[in-house]
Amino acid sequence: MNVISFLSAVVQAGTPLLFATVGEIFSQKVGNLNLGLEGMMLMGAVTGFAVGYGTANPFLALMGAALAGMVGALVYAFITVTLKGNQEVTGLTLTIFGTGYASFVGSSYVGYKLPESVTSVFAKVSFPILSEIPVLGEIFFEQSPLVYLSYLSVLILGILLYKTKYGLNLKMVGENPAAADASGIGVSRYKYFYITLGGAMSGIGGAFLSLAYIPVWQENITAGKGWIAVALVIFAVWNPYRAVAGAYFFGGLDIIGFRLQKFALPVPIYIINMLPYVATILVLVLMSMKKSKENKAPSSIGRAYFREER
Amino acid sequence: MRIAKRSELNKNQIALVRLGAVFGALVFGGLFLVVLGENPLRIYVSMVQGGLGSFFRFRETVNIAIPLLITSLGVMIAFKMRFWNIGAEGQIFMGGFAAAYLALNFSHLPKPVLLTLMAGAAMTMGGVWLIVPAWFKAKFGTNETLFTLMLNYIALRWVTYLQYSLWKDPSAMGFPKIASFEQSALLPKIFDIHVGWIVALVLIYLIHMYLNHTKTGYEIAVIGESEDTARYAGIDIKRVILKTMFLSGAVSGLVGMIQASGISGTLSVDLTGGVGFTAIITAWLSGLNPIMVGVVSFLFAMLRQGGSFIQTAYQIPASAAEILQALILFFVLASEFFLRYKVVRVKKAGGDLK
Repeated sequence: MNVISFLSAVVQAGTPLLFATVGEIFSQKVGNLNLGLEGMMLMGAVTGFAVGYGTANPFLALMGAALAGMVGALVYAFITVTLKGNQEVTGLTLTIFGTGYASFVGSSYVGYKLPESVTSVFAKVSFPILSEIPVLGEIFFEQSPLVYLSYLSVLILGILLYKTKYGLNLKMVGENPAAADASGIGVSRYKYFYITLGGAMSGIGGAFLSLAYIPVWQENITAGKGWIAVALVIFAVWNPYRAVAGAYFFGGLDIIGFRLQKFALPVPIYIINMLPYVATILVLVLMSMKKSKENKAPSSIGRAYFREER
Repeated sequence: MRIAKRSELNKNQIALVRLGAVFGALVFGGLFLVVLGENPLRIYVSMVQGGLGSFFRFRETVNIAIPLLITSLGVMIAFKMRFWNIGAEGQIFMGGFAAAYLALNFSHLPKPVLLTLMAGAAMTMGGVWLIVPAWFKAKFGTNETLFTLMLNYIALRWVTYLQYSLWKDPSAMGFPKIASFEQSALLPKIFDIHVGWIVALVLIYLIHMYLNHTKTGYEIAVIGESEDTARYAGIDIKRVILKTMFLSGAVSGLVGMIQASGISGTLSVDLTGGVGFTAIITAWLSGLNPIMVGVVSFLFAMLRQGGSFIQTAYQIPASAAEILQALILFFVLASEFFLRYKVVRVKKAGGDLK
């Protein structure tokens, strides 16, 4: 019983990571490393909260969050795709911008609670039929609608990536943009589309935190989750299905400290709270040590495509 | 319309494009202020006044500029090699931790001895905190951006642990703080500003010399341009990476000591004030040039101090300054396009290049 409630909490804690990670996978698949995840998540979180607070409309709140993430991603796409700017620094700037934006907009909401009309829509609800499954039903299908949205997006994007011609095209854009261009694929169009999609996913991931997970606004609500998501992309070897396992694993590490607080532990709680970050480092090191062909990043990642340079 | 490469611009043209970008960012930020119902000119003028208007404000600006400048120098050395060290926050915390350990346990030592030891320990600790990811990067190609970033969070948790539990001052009546340093562990002042400003100026000179007039400095530049070229030229890449990253971390670690000993008089979770992230902007904006780092850091410190001023004067959150800083960098990043490419008008709309 206790284990089931813990696992159900793990799914919740992993959901913002899952949204952001899957979004970033697609951005990287078209060759763009976007280090602005943390910033876009914060922009989504604060915009979702502000819209939800102002309009008391949950759907507008979610739309606002997705839109905020998309705007951030568009700025990044414009600088790195159209203007061929440095991807690392542009992404970092986006994070700094998003942090500033969230603290600017959020400064008037610290400690505020969302209206009932918003929180009730994002509260846990039993999924028809599937929640009847013993154990698994309780863990996965007694969740916020946003969690169901995360399952759905993984499924749709997984099919898109592995079963359609668009998936093939987008992989080609990331692996060899010159070849993609030669075969008539609109390289810039693909890049813009999937970078923006990544922004929308990050925005929704951030909004999950501020609308469903902790519906009271607090400064720096993401606490580095955007960065962990960037690492999870490597952990998931750019595979959206594997991102699910990674996100829940790190979600678990994120809450384990809090859950263990009631017990007398030999290790101080502050040290246990380092776990997600230590584990991320371990993942990075292990993944870089065992290099294989399938583990590799899309080969054009980090480099802008300029037709006359090929 | 199509895009073509252009030949290299001269220094004046580059400076002009950069200035144009900064101006663009200020105009864009101004539009934002208009939307908020403020007069942007008045806000900008009061930001400058807030940063430089009196000796007290000027001193505050310099106090903000010192850690920003030194951290930017540290970060810059790493960026020269295209090593994305964004772990300066953590290096500052760990430097502060090492300095605080000595300050709290060896306060009976004479001031010059104690301060030297504190600086040495802080630099070593900061250097070690960066050499670990550097080693993995050199050995396995482990992603250094994420590694150094995760170390920030670990360092922050560590200092939180010290402040709230392990080193909590029992005489603070339950308030979670670390005991204040004794007089012997505090930085002396010159012209009413702690000596960190002299350290900063000396470091600008030293790092300028190191990068431009030593063999290692040259090797760093080659590795930054192309690792293959460096390997072909027989440069021991791994050694240069480790050496340079130790230096980069050590410079940031020193900031931890300066802040603890010169500003707050103790170690706390607020030690860095986010300077490790702002330093990324300033280092990049200065074109990775140590002297420009000094100029840009001072201007950014003025923005920050002006930001807190407009918060009290106009109730605009101080984070407006942070947004403006990010905007400036966005505009400069975008403007770099015009340094490398030009847009050529084509008569027949044949190519659909975007």
